[in-house]
Amino acid sequence: MSATLFLEQGLNGLQFGLMLFLLAAGLTLVFGIMDMINLAHGSLYMVGAYLMASFVQATGSFWLALPLALAATGVVGALLELTLLRRLYARDHLTQVLATFAIILIANEAVRLVWGSQPILLNAPPSLTGPVTLPGGMQYASYRLLIIGVGVAVAVLLYFLVAKTRVGMLVRAGASNREMARAMGVDIGRLFTGVFALGAALCALAGAMLGPILAVQVGMGENILILAFVVIVIGGIGSIRGALVGSLLVGIVDTGGRAFLPLLFGTFLPPQMASAAGPAIASVLIYLLMAVVLYFRPQGLFPARG
Amino acid sequence: MLELRNVSKRFGGVVATDDVTLEVEPGEVHALIGPNGAGKTTLIAQISGMLPVDTGRIVFGGEDITHLKAHARVRAGLARSYQVTSIFRRFTVLENLALAVQARSGSSFSFWRPLAAETALVDEARAVSEEVGLSEKLETPASNLSHGEQRALEVGLALATRPRLLLLDEPMAGMGPQESRRMLELIERLRRTVTLLLVEHDMDAVFRLASRISVLVDGRLIATGAPQAIRLDPQVRRAYLGDELAA
Amino acid sequence: MSRVLPIFLLLAAFPLAMQAMDGLFYVSLASRMLIYAIAATSLNLALGYGGMVSFGHAAFFGAGAYTVGILAAEGVTSLWLAWPAAVTVAALAALFIGAVSLRTRGVYFIMITLAFAQMVYYLFVSLKTYGGEDGLALRGRSDPGFGLSLSGDLAWYYVVLALFGSLAYGLHRLAGSRFGRAIEAIRENSARAEAIGFPVYRYQLACFVISGAAAGLAGALIANQSSYVSPSLLHWIQSGTLMIMVILGGVGTLWGGALGALALLGLEHLIADYQIGWLARLAPNYQDHAGLAVGAVLLAVVLAAPRGLVGMFARRKSA
Repeated sequence: MSATLFLEQGLNGLQFGLMLFLLAAGLTLVFGIMDMINLAHGSLYMVGAYLMASFVQATGSFWLALPLALAATGVVGALLELTLLRRLYARDHLTQVLATFAIILIANEAVRLVWGSQPILLNAPPSLTGPVTLPGGMQYASYRLLIIGVGVAVAVLLYFLVAKTRVGMLVRAGASNREMARAMGVDIGRLFTGVFALGAALCALAGAMLGPILAVQVGMGENILILAFVVIVIGGIGSIRGALVGSLLVGIVDTGGRAFLPLLFGTFLPPQMASAAGPAIASVLIYLLMAVVLYFRPQGLFPARG
Repeated sequence: MLELRNVSKRFGGVVATDDVTLEVEPGEVHALIGPNGAGKTTLIAQISGMLPVDTGRIVFGGEDITHLKAHARVRAGLARSYQVTSIFRRFTVLENLALAVQARSGSSFSFWRPLAAETALVDEARAVSEEVGLSEKLETPASNLSHGEQRALEVGLALATRPRLLLLDEPMAGMGPQESRRMLELIERLRRTVTLLLVEHDMDAVFRLASRISVLVDGRLIATGAPQAIRLDPQVRRAYLGDELAA
Repeated sequence: MSRVLPIFLLLAAFPLAMQAMDGLFYVSLASRMLIYAIAATSLNLALGYGGMVSFGHAAFFGAGAYTVGILAAEGVTSLWLAWPAAVTVAALAALFIGAVSLRTRGVYFIMITLAFAQMVYYLFVSLKTYGGEDGLALRGRSDPGFGLSLSGDLAWYYVVLALFGSLAYGLHRLAGSRFGRAIEAIRENSARAEAIGFPVYRYQLACFVISGAAAGLAGALIANQSSYVSPSLLHWIQSGTLMIMVILGGVGTLWGGALGALALLGLEHLIADYQIGWLARLAPNYQDHAGLAVGAVLLAVVLAAPRGLVGMFARRKSA
């Protein structure tokens, strides 16, 4: 096992984790502030990826398409919040789960209607298709480095937004005590719509960035949604910091597990068993991680609510 | 009957219960008073088992129950009524009380035999309803009761478990004069058969009912004794009673 | 009970009528609906009566199905071995998952049941020898022995109907028993239930295990229905579908699961098999997008009729 392999998988894990963070951040805010379980979050990710692909087709430029896709998805998110999701804030979690689950079904079919059932193509910008040589001599895909860069930038921006601006303070106040925030005169309605639209834009960013690496297809939202939920449960509901830590943990454990467990098993198990057990255990690794975290910290690592 | 030895509890930086040592004698009505936020409800929660203690021991009837689960303490004869009414709102009064009787009488891992056939449960529930003055309202859903009646049911639920010691957490909370009088009479009746640890703000009631009073301020027990002694205790007057007595 | 008997008689007569009218396809469809009725009813026990919002019921459903499939692949086709095994495996899974999950509450419970179900999904999908992602085909239905066979549509229907009837009756008795009352109380106010002496965790776990076991039986039946076990049975979309059925039909009611299953599968079938002329002119392949209608109906029900179909028909408060 070479250092290069470790580094490469480490970077992959970082990349995946940062993208997960984009989804988890929006999800945890919605959950923390509006106390709403939103399963449709994954659908916004999917819509973002599809819109990105279409805009790239239309404009011919990755960089032009990106802000368009973010804005468009943000609008979709805001509309969704205004028309449907508003009615769910006061309802119980089961109702929210079912209603947003219904939205997933509708979104999947709607996407299928517009774009067809086959996965569509989304390519990395041509300037970034080649590898880059890192200090130390290792080659790494330049596009993946971009993703890491974007992820870190967004994390820093979000930190500033939440910790240092007035809007951020309102958001944090809302997360820890909604009634109090309302009593202090915060326009809860607009705050909610804003938070939701931001979350939608972040989903779109993740979808657009990951599109060239993973497939852009119907149902792509569901797989990553579960991971995002695992992240916020581990990190603590309502906490951006928790979402970041959780995402990085999940990203690295998942990527590392898939890469190294089969190899590890191969050293002391017969090859037949290792090739079966390795991937099986790797897939469940993050769920085990979640179970362990919840056992010691039932509220997650950094719960926002006191 | 009940002994608390050096019981403490903190929540983060806040000390809710500070090294409390307290005894409740069988047959007495022991009142626990103190200003709001003194930690009375927290202490009750620890005694009933819903909140764990950080340090200290709780001994009930000679048995150390510090680590016993809440439901097991009820089985041992230690029941509690809540300050904020916590009843089974969608059930009728009779069903509420029958539930408590059911919990006490054998296992509910019975999946087949119809509950309706168990007339003994109903009879006992009826008897309890008479004790708390709700015998006219047996078929009323709990959510339709008046506030005072709900408080009576609140006590009734705890009573139906046939406790040796009953923790009453502000039974008269939110009651007008007439309802308070009825509750007072109920408690007077109860004291003949059950030991009571009573948390209350209503000083008239406290001085009328209590055989002993303990005063809790900021989580610490600052005085314990006969009502007269407590009334005159300068520390207590300063910390809590001063205004109450004048009024 | 007196309202139910004529319905069961109708259900019993149904396949004979279909046979006479050369409509055996509908008998098979009806069997499928009844199997999902069992699965949805099993979830209703945990979710509706017990108040435990488990988003991982597919794990028990699929585990039951896979047990039958794997045993069949290994040569064990006897019904008397395979079906009890399916129920046992599902019950054990529910015991383990429930034991850990029930220590959490609220949304954490929902998430952790979901996560565990995903674990079960990945576990089974990684078993390449038993089909992996493609699923597992069985050579035929389980063998009841005694020279009998379940391969005929009619015989199969009656077996499923009998099982559904028995389970429904069992749920009815359970709801009226001490256990049923305790579970309802726990759902209503679990803190107070504990405070009057009910060991809440134990009862919830028991309810969860019974619910899982029944789902396992439904799984065994679904494996037999088409002689095929698909990993999608374990997917969380399947869990969601079962929840849809429960809420469509009526949470916490005896027939809620059955009505919901009937409504949902019926709706899917109607959309797929009967073309609505004007709709087809508007959107030529609307029938391929039945999911849209299902989603829209679910949304409407959730927002407008929270007590489901039973709630719409009931005149008094539900059982």
